[in-house]
Amino acid sequence: MTSESLNVEVWRGGATGTFQTFTLPRRQNQTVLDVVTEIQREQDATLSYRFACRVGMCGSCAMVVNGRPRWTCRTRVSEAASAEGALRLEPLRNFTVVKDLAVDMAQFFDKWRDAHGYFQPAAQRPADFAVVPPATPARQAADAGIECIGCGVCYSACDVVAWDKEYLGPAALNRAWTLVNDVRDAGQAARLGAVAGDDGCQCCHTHMSCTSFCPKAIAPTYSIAGLKRTLFWQALKGGTR
Amino acid sequence: MTAALFLAQRISAMVLALAVAVHLGTILYAVRGGLTAGDILARTHGNLGFALFYSVFVVGVAVHAPIGLRNVIREWTPWRGPALDGALAVFAVALLALGMRAVIAVYIA
Repeated sequence: MTSESLNVEVWRGGATGTFQTFTLPRRQNQTVLDVVTEIQREQDATLSYRFACRVGMCGSCAMVVNGRPRWTCRTRVSEAASAEGALRLEPLRNFTVVKDLAVDMAQFFDKWRDAHGYFQPAAQRPADFAVVPPATPARQAADAGIECIGCGVCYSACDVVAWDKEYLGPAALNRAWTLVNDVRDAGQAARLGAVAGDDGCQCCHTHMSCTSFCPKAIAPTYSIAGLKRTLFWQALKGGTR
Repeated sequence: MTAALFLAQRISAMVLALAVAVHLGTILYAVRGGLTAGDILARTHGNLGFALFYSVFVVGVAVHAPIGLRNVIREWTPWRGPALDGALAVFAVALLALGMRAVIAVYIA
């Protein structure tokens, strides 16, 4: 291998499979997504992977690159490749692999639903618009986690999900926390009940892998800590079992 | 872990943090000049403060340890449900009974 070429090991198969090695030219400012696309277009059209926007907005191109979950479109080969100039590409961890680098996101988003990660309007329409000053602590807490685009990087990085497949995971709990801090939401009791279960926020070990790997610099660990705090005081008052 | 178990685990942890510190500090202080079983029993016999302190300690352990063990088992094995909770309830009662037996034994010895 010369410095102008790149050795790339790519996962082929589903839950079981093997790594296939490709060699392709090293290019300036090449991203990992460029590498995957070039392999598919120039060397093996059967390679399956997922992407859409290519600019870090959709979150669909997340993969495990040399052991770290990341957006491949926003990862340059120069920052991800090993010292020998090699790349190892795997599908996101903790997801069911559909084929090669494409994973099934269904369970991930099912858990958003299970964590009540959706806005619940009141039964009666409010008399007037809710006034939500941006400087209030609740709104600031919601803002801190609101930019999640559901890429699954945190879920892939989470060791607790790896141990307990039923654990709701950092993304769903982060979304729930943003809604706990939404003063307009009318579904708080059900939401807190949903995130307080045996597979809820209390399972988090505060490893902070989600926070470390989040490409949006969101800190789901702090959101989960917020849920734990809220539930602690609520349980102390006898509100949540 | 449910919110009630989480609450119980956190509060018992706070109790144990204090109790373990007092327990270890007392041991280190008491054995400086050497200590025999007879010396220990002479100090604990009829000492209500000692009995109350270690009763709190034992209750803290009986609450804290089974909840932690339940979390470990749920994470590392497929064992779930009422059988697991029942087994750990038995474990909690056993810890409480054995611990209180020891406290009472040295209190009345």
